[in-house]
Amino acid sequence: MASQRKLPFWADAILLPGLNLLAAFLVSGLVIWGLGEDPFEALSLMIDGAFGFEEGVGYSLYYATNFVFTGLAVSVAYHAGLFNIGGEGQAMLGGLGLTLAVFLIGDASPVFAVLLAIVGAATFGAAWAFVPAYLQAKRGSHVVITTIMFNFIASALLAYLLVGPLQRPGGQMPESADFPDGASLMHLQDLFEVIGFSYESGPLNLSALIALLCAFAVWFMLWRSRFGYELRVVGQNHDAARFAGISVTRMTVIAMMISGALAGMMGLNELLGEQHRLLGNFTLGYGFVGIAVAFMGRNHPVGIVLAAMLFGALYQGGAELAFEMPNIQRDYIVLIQGLVILFAGAMEHLFRDPVEALFRRVGQRRAA
Amino acid sequence: MSQTIAIETRDLCKSFGDVKANDHISLSVPAGTVHGIVGENGAGKSTLLKMLFGFYHPDSGEVLVSGVSQSFTSPSDAMAVGIGMVHQHFMLVEPFTVLENIILGAEGSSKLDDAKGMARAKLLALEEQFGFNLPLDEPVETLSVGVRQRAEILKALYRGAETLILDEPTAVLTPQECVQLFELVSQLRDQGKTVLFVTHKLHEIMAITDNVTVIRAGKTVAERKTAETSSEELAELMVGAKVVRATARDANEATTARLALENVKATGDHGLMLKDINLQVLEGEVLGIAGVAGNGQTELLEIITGLRPVDVGKICFDGETISSPQEMTDPITLRRMGMAHVAEDRLKTGVVESMSARENAILGYQREQEFSRKGLLRLKAIAEKAAGYFESQDVRPRNPDLPIASFSGGNQQKLVIARELAQDPSLMVIGQPTRGVDIGAVTKIHDQITALRNAGKAILVVSADLDELLAISDRIAVMCEGEIVGTLNIEDATETKLGLMMAGNKGEAA
Repeated sequence: MASQRKLPFWADAILLPGLNLLAAFLVSGLVIWGLGEDPFEALSLMIDGAFGFEEGVGYSLYYATNFVFTGLAVSVAYHAGLFNIGGEGQAMLGGLGLTLAVFLIGDASPVFAVLLAIVGAATFGAAWAFVPAYLQAKRGSHVVITTIMFNFIASALLAYLLVGPLQRPGGQMPESADFPDGASLMHLQDLFEVIGFSYESGPLNLSALIALLCAFAVWFMLWRSRFGYELRVVGQNHDAARFAGISVTRMTVIAMMISGALAGMMGLNELLGEQHRLLGNFTLGYGFVGIAVAFMGRNHPVGIVLAAMLFGALYQGGAELAFEMPNIQRDYIVLIQGLVILFAGAMEHLFRDPVEALFRRVGQRRAA
Repeated sequence: MSQTIAIETRDLCKSFGDVKANDHISLSVPAGTVHGIVGENGAGKSTLLKMLFGFYHPDSGEVLVSGVSQSFTSPSDAMAVGIGMVHQHFMLVEPFTVLENIILGAEGSSKLDDAKGMARAKLLALEEQFGFNLPLDEPVETLSVGVRQRAEILKALYRGAETLILDEPTAVLTPQECVQLFELVSQLRDQGKTVLFVTHKLHEIMAITDNVTVIRAGKTVAERKTAETSSEELAELMVGAKVVRATARDANEATTARLALENVKATGDHGLMLKDINLQVLEGEVLGIAGVAGNGQTELLEIITGLRPVDVGKICFDGETISSPQEMTDPITLRRMGMAHVAEDRLKTGVVESMSARENAILGYQREQEFSRKGLLRLKAIAEKAAGYFESQDVRPRNPDLPIASFSGGNQQKLVIARELAQDPSLMVIGQPTRGVDIGAVTKIHDQITALRNAGKAILVVSADLDELLAISDRIAVMCEGEIVGTLNIEDATETKLGLMMAGNKGEAA
């Protein structure tokens, strides 16, 4: 009886993340103040940069799309009791799979190439997660360790391929040749134009819709399918899972592969949607930010979409801020993002005890 | 002997949600006596103790120690005024020695050698005074349960306890170890210590206490001098009314073996745990498995229910081999064959704590057509089924959306049993059917087991509670060190005989 739910749902889902965010902004404000700038002006610049104009909104949602993919990846593994830190590497491999698919048949049939690229991204991401998953399930090697190591391997592999076999012919940069024309995902602003509606949404592309589709699919899988039920049982209690006839080994491997596939699909947005070529460092830490997004979103797809939008806005607003306030360099923006991750992710329980105590006291007073 | 009052409680109340765990508990314990607190499982004994020892804060009422009102906010407050507690589950660090465990948290010096030296002198004096004989330098993990318990008692004394609370101290002991414990307790009393002896076993109360307080449903129903009462009176007070078994046991006509283990050996997590087990459960009988915890009962349950492979021998269910060194049938197939399993450790294995009662209601049966089709959960059917379980077993509170962890042990178990009964099994394998279950539910669960038996089902029950086994079994097999020491028909089984067999004494088996 001691472990009855202590907080109403809204407090857990909105109040606590809100407080964490507020704390992060407070400390960020102090930093900005220390740099000799006005924190309130900085905040308004950030908000304006993220939401104030059409392209700003487009960029915010464009970044958010990345975070939806990587956040979902973290959460699927998390529900199976696994901490997948390898989103970054899985995304890189996803990008590689996508690129190979595009070059394989892009010239012959661009539309079919896009479909194959989606499959390729998911497959390669899943395959990259399979090895750590198998080692965890069969040998007990901890996925936290192995997935981190696999990030380095992925990074090295991509670096090798992009200065070797996959490098743009005659190029000097670690990047591939451009994708064949047509082998890309449509920008939403072009789509808007087709339906007679004008909105300059920048790089925002069809991947955003795919990401939302994935979020729905993850929700449906976790809470409506038998597989998701079994996955959550494994995540909560291995003994109970065995009691219920669920193979923990098998579930560990499958959950990690789904997680890897979701992370791998991040490349759809970055590469197929915008860059139209494979870049050595296209993941830019989005895989890691997915961890914060998943935790802030309480590992629920709806929460993840919302948290992803917050982080997308932070990225876009931060970029604008660095542009407008010369005192605040790009590094300080990273610091602010880091503070949000710190408060929302690593220290998410900072305010839980005081808030719970407050609710208890109010509850008692009401009862008395 | 002075007649000061060591501990007194006045109208202590503590509620959890709607449940009044303690409802105006008043008792007073004279210094230098052994005071029994007796009540059924779930009567509120643990809650009372936790308030006496500072784990819980009372909703109202007060605790007085030597006449002074106290407001404990943590166990250290209670220890500071001379209250020591020996928990049912020991609080010892297994790889540490007895000495290290005793000084843990009260080292008195940052240099370990100094701390040990100081403690050793003090401990030897204490050992002398109370007649302990503990191997101070042995790691705890090498010691028997009885010795560990003495280490816990010495630990409390070392911290200056004048009043010792022993919570169900005999639950983990063999009858022989109990005798030694009783000697120690009377020694403590003779030296002027006060002992609160908490149990639900009446013969222990009669054997060792001076006074006894009976608790039922959170209330103090009586306080007696032990010399002026009898077990019969206490039993009545405890239960409220004479308990009559609702379901009579029919004459035993069992013939066919539904479950048979032949020469089975199996390895546990730490080496060979089952050595050559032969066992049969007949249809229409309850076979009880008795034994001190950790003698292979857990592994026995696991090999039968498809959770652990056997190394040698085979297990047959209705004539089909379900486990052999070559092949093990998985739990889902076993359930479909008609074997139900009520897990021994409910929270560890039988339910998923954080999931709702509704989701737990299909655990193990999630792949049945009834609950999922084409990979999709049938939420409506599951909800209806869960609601049915709540109704048929009177599970409270009637809210299947709550996480299973927020139900009391008894209500959890009722739900688990409903789940396992729902598929009309022909063999029921039950571990600890009533562990942590309140008295009302205990009777109901026992009646259900008996009803199943009378319907011709085969039932295997592993229980640490001898009274329970004596109440529901047709035969009782006793396990010790991974072997079946012997099997007694219920007519021949007594607590003494079983106790000796539990200690490994095969001679008594005949």
